[in-house]
Amino acid sequence: MAIIERPPESSPSAESGAPAVVASESYGFLRRPVETKGWKAWAFTVDHKKIGIMYGAVAMMFFFVGGLEAVLIRLQLAQADGLILSADKYNQMFTMHATTMVFLFVMPMAAAFANYMIPLQIGARDVAFPRLNALSLWLFIFGGIFINSSWILGGGADGGWFMYAPNSSVPFSPSNGVDFWVLGLLLTGIASLVSAINLITTVLNMRAPGMSLMRMPIFTWMGLVTQFLLLFAMPVITVALFLLMFQRNYNATFFSVEEGADPLLWQHLFWIFGHPEVYIIVLPAFGIVSEVLPVFSKKPLFGYPFVVFSGAAIGFVGFGVWAHHMFAAGLGPISVAVFSVATMAIAIPTGVKIINWTLTMWGGKLRYTTAMLFAIGLIVEFTIGGLSGVTHAVAPSDTQQTDTYYIVAHFHYVIFGGGVLGLFAGIYYWWPKMFGKILNETWGRWNFWVMIVGMNLAFGPMHIIGLQGQPRRMYIWTENRAGEGFFNLGFWNYVSTIGALVLGIGALLFLCNVWVSRKNPPAPTDPWDARSLEWLTESPPKEHNFDRIPDVNALDEFFHRKYEDVGEGDEHDYKRVATGEEVVANEAAHADAHIHMPSPSYWPIVLAFALPVIAYGVIYSSLLIAAGAAIAIMAMFGWALEPPTADESDFDPPPPDDEPSKELAVSV
Amino acid sequence: MSDATITAPDEHEPIDDGLDHLGLEHQTSTGLSNTKLAMWMFLGSECLLFGGLISTYMLYRNRSGTGVGPDQLWDIPFTSASSFVLLMSSLTMVLAVSAAKRKDDQRTRVWLTVTALLGGLFVAGQVYEFTVFYREGLGYTTSLFSSSFYTLTGFHGVHVSVGIIMLMSLVGMLLTGRIKGDKSETIEMVGLYWHFVDIVWVIIFTLVYLIPA
Repeated sequence: MAIIERPPESSPSAESGAPAVVASESYGFLRRPVETKGWKAWAFTVDHKKIGIMYGAVAMMFFFVGGLEAVLIRLQLAQADGLILSADKYNQMFTMHATTMVFLFVMPMAAAFANYMIPLQIGARDVAFPRLNALSLWLFIFGGIFINSSWILGGGADGGWFMYAPNSSVPFSPSNGVDFWVLGLLLTGIASLVSAINLITTVLNMRAPGMSLMRMPIFTWMGLVTQFLLLFAMPVITVALFLLMFQRNYNATFFSVEEGADPLLWQHLFWIFGHPEVYIIVLPAFGIVSEVLPVFSKKPLFGYPFVVFSGAAIGFVGFGVWAHHMFAAGLGPISVAVFSVATMAIAIPTGVKIINWTLTMWGGKLRYTTAMLFAIGLIVEFTIGGLSGVTHAVAPSDTQQTDTYYIVAHFHYVIFGGGVLGLFAGIYYWWPKMFGKILNETWGRWNFWVMIVGMNLAFGPMHIIGLQGQPRRMYIWTENRAGEGFFNLGFWNYVSTIGALVLGIGALLFLCNVWVSRKNPPAPTDPWDARSLEWLTESPPKEHNFDRIPDVNALDEFFHRKYEDVGEGDEHDYKRVATGEEVVANEAAHADAHIHMPSPSYWPIVLAFALPVIAYGVIYSSLLIAAGAAIAIMAMFGWALEPPTADESDFDPPPPDDEPSKELAVSV
Repeated sequence: MSDATITAPDEHEPIDDGLDHLGLEHQTSTGLSNTKLAMWMFLGSECLLFGGLISTYMLYRNRSGTGVGPDQLWDIPFTSASSFVLLMSSLTMVLAVSAAKRKDDQRTRVWLTVTALLGGLFVAGQVYEFTVFYREGLGYTTSLFSSSFYTLTGFHGVHVSVGIIMLMSLVGMLLTGRIKGDKSETIEMVGLYWHFVDIVWVIIFTLVYLIPA
């Protein structure tokens, strides 16, 4: 979209008041989309903010799909010999619950924040490759729909989320569910990989002047580490998925044990991806919490460099611990010992973060907003999950725990307590940034407390039933093996089911809150007295983010523009010298003239549409493969032949004083 | 409000290099262009893709069951020749990039075409080789060895083919003047990809063909 900005006179009505934009051609006969309103403005957008919002909305929808699956699982296990689900449906339910929550909720929700916030936090006007960003979004959405379309096409995948082969080969899982799972994850995997390349380039290359790496907001840092993890983990799962696809659809032999195949091959490939995946899930949440805690403690983040480097250390060590998921697989004593020690070692950088968060709050002026409550909730619940994690690192103890509900308890405390609570902290913290309204705090508190009570009721008892020996992934348990007294399986299973329902209500309260808050008055520019660069612009930001690309002189730049250090010597005493509104108004007063933004494009959504067509073709007919490939090739050439920013003729004539234009550095 | 908190504006004008209106050539934080940085990231990721496939092959190379094994199949002189062809295509790719840097469009087109032809010759050799192996009884589903061999070399062959399509598209776009922005950088990007695919072949050739099973 050619944004014409001639401040100060025309800036408020830049889009509507500008001379009509003439679309340039693409492919010689198609005109580029220019809509700024209606569905076309969303479908063909390359704006990182709209893309971020779409990521978030679709991820939230999948959160409730996955939640519904979880509730069905828990209802089945609420009593002995449950009758709600058949064994087959139960297998599909837990597989799809995990797949949906991990790949279609937590990862894209983190991607939503990364997309929306990273360019704002580093003072850029968009990501490095806006069209690739749109491609990632649509591949994720179509991939998610593709996986879930298996429900109406013969049933979902049923091999568990790590889909161990050969158990996932055709003889053991004859429906097409696993095929949908494999191909769908290939699609979302491409989305993640493309987005990783895009965001790494953005962070490394498009920082505002003065924004050195050690001045970057901590969420951007954790986002960067996460994207590197994705960059190197996704290709490994891609190999595993391709091998399984060839095995199932083209009769390859990779996992045919009768031919002498090694069943550990899949396990290694999967977990070399799967363990970094754990950090892909929690690191963005850690980043969010590291933003929220300082703001609501009125203190800078304690030990910023330690938080940065422990995050990077988690990223590195995270690639060296995958085999702790395989202690029961018979790897031999040396491998087990090495991976056991490495796994204990990764607790150290994680512990560093928890210490830093605690010390950030220590002596601070704490404000218990909903965002802060979720952040504190993360510290507490994640620590519980981390501690049970250390018990798995001890291989002999892990051998007892493998495939029991104790594992389920552990990773729910880590993923829900560490990942989801952090994401909710981010939602409450950044909602006014993204939508210009603060979510209702009373409803927010209810949302938080019901969710916290629900999660502990749901996942806490799983420690007990797991150590009592109830296996995970069993569709029933029987009364005569339930035990007696305090450790009675029936009682704790029942509590866990109640907890799951409470948790579900807590999550629904969030939707209620969004509804209740829809008519809230506009939020102030700086509602939380925030510290980082994303607040140095209006809420919601204009399409070009910043009227002037900010000069960065410090970590917590926005804070330092509002507060001046009046302390003497080594004493620091910050006095407020400006409000957020004044700082932002000052930026607007010095706005850049003539900002060109990248233009919307049809090709990302067309290309993203072509790939699931190919994927359906792999399952059903090679004709569809050919059709999908034809669309894909057309889209790629259309993409390559279309300049990222519309032609010069699309823009307004040069301003009278002929100032040099300030464009966004974009390509592809 | 205090001026001290606001820094002097506009010390970071973009470099005016005549390409400004295209939004392609700008100062970046690292000094490396976005496209080039992204291409290196992509190639880094590709290393792990081939790493996984090569590991799978190395695990299964001796598991040919009752079917034919590598020792009965390899025709080292033939594969050496096709490897040589592919390596030479890296040389012509370098010549194409060098010509593009000198803004010599005609030579660029010639060398790009030669590179694509050499790549095509390599793929043709691979197709021929696969046909021979198939006739000697090595189907895709014959054994663990055959599945992993065809998958690894097939993935590489697809990468070369995609490279050829990109090279031919470049030639076409040069002829019609459709490359926007810095032409030599666009060609260099395809060059990076092409060299990467060549280097992967050196590793595959060594591990798969030269080291006895």
